[in-house]
Amino acid sequence: MKPLLLWSDVLIYLLVFSLCAFFLRLRRDPQIREYWRQVFSTRVGMVTMTIILVYVGIALLDSLHFRRALEPVAGSPHGEVFYGSKVSSVLDVMMDGMGERFEATYSAPFALDSFEKQDMKDDAGHTYRGFPPLEHAGHHLSNAEERWADVLAKSATALMWGVLFSVLLIGPQWFFLRRSPFPWSASWVTQGVVICLSVWLVSISRYYHVLGTDLGGADVAYQSIKGIRTGVLLGTLATLIMLPIAVSLGVMAGYFKGWVDDAVQYLYTTLSSIPGILLIAASVLLFQVYIDLHPDFFSVGLEKADARFLALCFILGVTSWSSLCRLIRAETLKISQLGYVQAAHAFGVSHQRILMRHILPNVTHIILITFVLDFSALVLAEAVLSYIGVGIDPNMASWGNMINGARSELSREPVVWWTLSGAFFFMFVLVLAANLFSDLVRDAFDPRSGAGRSAT
Amino acid sequence: MSALSPPVMQVANLRVDVGETGEAILKGVSFELRAGEIFALVGESGSGKSVTSLAAMRLLPNALRITGGEVRVGNEDLFDLSEADMQSVRGERVAMIFQNAMSALNPVQTVGEQVAETLRLHTRLAGDALRKRVVQLFAEVGIQDADARYGFYPHQLSGGQQQRVMIAMALACEPDILIADEPTTALDVTIQAQVLALIRGLTRSRQLAVLLITHDMGVVKNTADEVAVMYRGEIIERAPVDAFFRNPREDYSRRLIAALPDLSHFHESAAEEALLQLDDVKVYFPIRKGVLQRVVDYTRAVDGVTLKIGRAETYALVGESGSGKSTLGRAILNLETVAGGQITFLGQPIHSLGRRAMLPYRKKIQVVFQNPYSSMNPRLTVAQIISEGMDSLGMGLTETQREDRIAALLQRVQLDPAFGRRHPHELSGGQLQRIAIARALAVEPELIICDEPTSALDVSIRADVLALLQELQREFGVSYLFITHDLSIVPSLAHRVGVMQAGRLVEQGTAEQILTRPEHPYTQALLASVPRVDSP
Repeated sequence: MKPLLLWSDVLIYLLVFSLCAFFLRLRRDPQIREYWRQVFSTRVGMVTMTIILVYVGIALLDSLHFRRALEPVAGSPHGEVFYGSKVSSVLDVMMDGMGERFEATYSAPFALDSFEKQDMKDDAGHTYRGFPPLEHAGHHLSNAEERWADVLAKSATALMWGVLFSVLLIGPQWFFLRRSPFPWSASWVTQGVVICLSVWLVSISRYYHVLGTDLGGADVAYQSIKGIRTGVLLGTLATLIMLPIAVSLGVMAGYFKGWVDDAVQYLYTTLSSIPGILLIAASVLLFQVYIDLHPDFFSVGLEKADARFLALCFILGVTSWSSLCRLIRAETLKISQLGYVQAAHAFGVSHQRILMRHILPNVTHIILITFVLDFSALVLAEAVLSYIGVGIDPNMASWGNMINGARSELSREPVVWWTLSGAFFFMFVLVLAANLFSDLVRDAFDPRSGAGRSAT
Repeated sequence: MSALSPPVMQVANLRVDVGETGEAILKGVSFELRAGEIFALVGESGSGKSVTSLAAMRLLPNALRITGGEVRVGNEDLFDLSEADMQSVRGERVAMIFQNAMSALNPVQTVGEQVAETLRLHTRLAGDALRKRVVQLFAEVGIQDADARYGFYPHQLSGGQQQRVMIAMALACEPDILIADEPTTALDVTIQAQVLALIRGLTRSRQLAVLLITHDMGVVKNTADEVAVMYRGEIIERAPVDAFFRNPREDYSRRLIAALPDLSHFHESAAEEALLQLDDVKVYFPIRKGVLQRVVDYTRAVDGVTLKIGRAETYALVGESGSGKSTLGRAILNLETVAGGQITFLGQPIHSLGRRAMLPYRKKIQVVFQNPYSSMNPRLTVAQIISEGMDSLGMGLTETQREDRIAALLQRVQLDPAFGRRHPHELSGGQLQRIAIARALAVEPELIICDEPTSALDVSIRADVLALLQELQREFGVSYLFITHDLSIVPSLAHRVGVMQAGRLVEQGTAEQILTRPEHPYTQALLASVPRVDSP
């Protein structure tokens, strides 16, 4: 086994650590702590935060990649180990080989036979057309009639394991947090549901394809879960690329005014007058050409896909800063007229110090709100871009690619609905959770909503 | 006389509390309004005076609820009426005017039409008769050239005229009762006096019963017939105006009255040498037009001001909003570019110094702003706020020295040193303004520019802050440039006074000169409009 570090793996861990550090720093400010308290004292806040953390956790597990050693073949020099070109992650291991059970092509959820007819031979050697049985589904059954009873029985067992795991994991939390003023019970219920569902999914997937298989015969449930890393990473990374550009330009424009302001305004009006999708498509295609011309840079296919993915994040980030920049410029213009900035001028405080100490901390609420709001917008943008074919590399699991594939599947008769549903469900849960959470954050932090500020 | 006429409106034992917490806002308020008389409800912000009027009209915000009492207009108890009946009471029998006329008027409709619309709702007038009636009302409330003003939009009128339109609208349906909630607070003093005179005139001519809500004792003294002082949801004293000012019973009332100017003694200035000298200072703001943003003209915010401030002296710069007094203060701080003239501090011209060269003088000239809430960074603690100047101007203190100094400063402005660990939003306006003063003092300045430092504060706190400023002057020998629109605080504070109008200094001299023998007509007009209590 040999660990493989993709650039995006490094980035996602760096991101998570820096985000944690950022929030720990924010904690020192009592007013900000008060805002967070407001967010987490609601049930919705607890539930959505739990869901977001589960997604982030899955993304993190899915970012520990390695390549398995190949079996030594006869004739190879002794002691030298070769590694397969297939890259797995810790999440794959935890899912108990769910991603390795390929079928020939489509199969419906919980099906025993393939979805498409194929030429087959009967015992007598005659060729006929029929639905071939699946390779990895229902082999333990003696006849097809028992299927649903078996699913129920296995679900019940899985549920028991799920409850047991839940008790083991939630019990200690309950012990330490039972007197906490926050509605932890809401989070515990969510955790319990998530744990039971995942135990059920993993254990049932050994015998059936819970969400069926796609055109290439890959398990749809597995693909959807692998899509989480792509979605989460794209959302955070693109936002974090956009933030420094937007914040630094916006603050400088609002604070220094004059020609700096003119230049920044010129930049963002120009940028926002170019159709975004077109710009992104052009940039992605340019980068794709670069990747194709330099195959020697990448040792496995996934690295290529990863490079394209990072390029996409970068492009999305670089093209989407204008609205936040506008907001921050306006807020800075307002703040720099306030008494404390004027007083700082009267004290001869340096520009840099005024920016760091007086202006930046007072636009943090805008940054935070935008971060959470833009996150879900970017996850959706990925789906749109993949749909028009300039998104994620087709080798990389992503919801956008699955939805893109569903284009032809939905026009079939009988319809193949499960790929779309799988991608849609996982995306929907994440985006809904992020949106509800961002609403709460905005209510707590936005001074205009009135609930946040007590002064004046 | 007042005892004879029957009350038009009776409020009895009115109680209001916060729905959620049950905290009492009004604790049994009772009073009567009589035809042809003005009843003034006085109190500081938060005393419950506005809530009283809103509760009586059943217009309370959802968070508050009425828990007891009754409001009778004629024979009806307003709390027994249906919402539809209440609707006709508001407007037809009781009319209201508010502090901010601009926000109460629809900006996209002419003022004439807005008044006409009210008339159409409550009367059968139409066409020419309707227009004639509106013009007649405009004339009655003293809008000149009423016929032409009919077609004006609100932004084309001045603040005083907007308030007159509001009054015309309130009178349109011939109400018996007028509730005026701080009707003149947003207006300049000269306009304020005119509007109050108008309300008083209408009260007599129309036999209105007026409830006047205000925080300003001067307004009460000059306008009202009877006064009630509100304090924390209760009326603590109630008396006819003359008796009240002659002999207030409560301590609190006495403090409110004491905030009025006393013209019997003035400060004498002994200063000879000039600390700060302005010679023909001009500050112009360019007006840019067109695609290329060419400068077509200048707004002459400060247009040739010459003045001199001596050591340990207070120079009060008086003027109405927009007269350029704050801009002048910013120019002295080198925060505005001076277009002409010279600013000399301790014999050194400072208006053309660069950022770095200005640093030594920053220590000597400090500033206290009007709004204490916006002049402190909400993210910093009080100690951090006070130490900002010490850090950036390099006072060269060790950590412990600095902490001691902050504690000493806090004590000096009469605050507990433990306040250092708090954040601005935990403190009241008066406390914040003391901290702003401590922040300015921290760098041992010789001149402090006080830009309306008390106008955002309640009357009783205002006096304390002014007293503190004077004490500090005696102790440290600092000079103040005191920028204010409020002539009433000048006599207790200033050695010298300058009156500014439209960027020019129209008159200056010693406080006694200006306040007792003003020469310029503008100064006289300003002075005449200041409500005053003559010393017995």
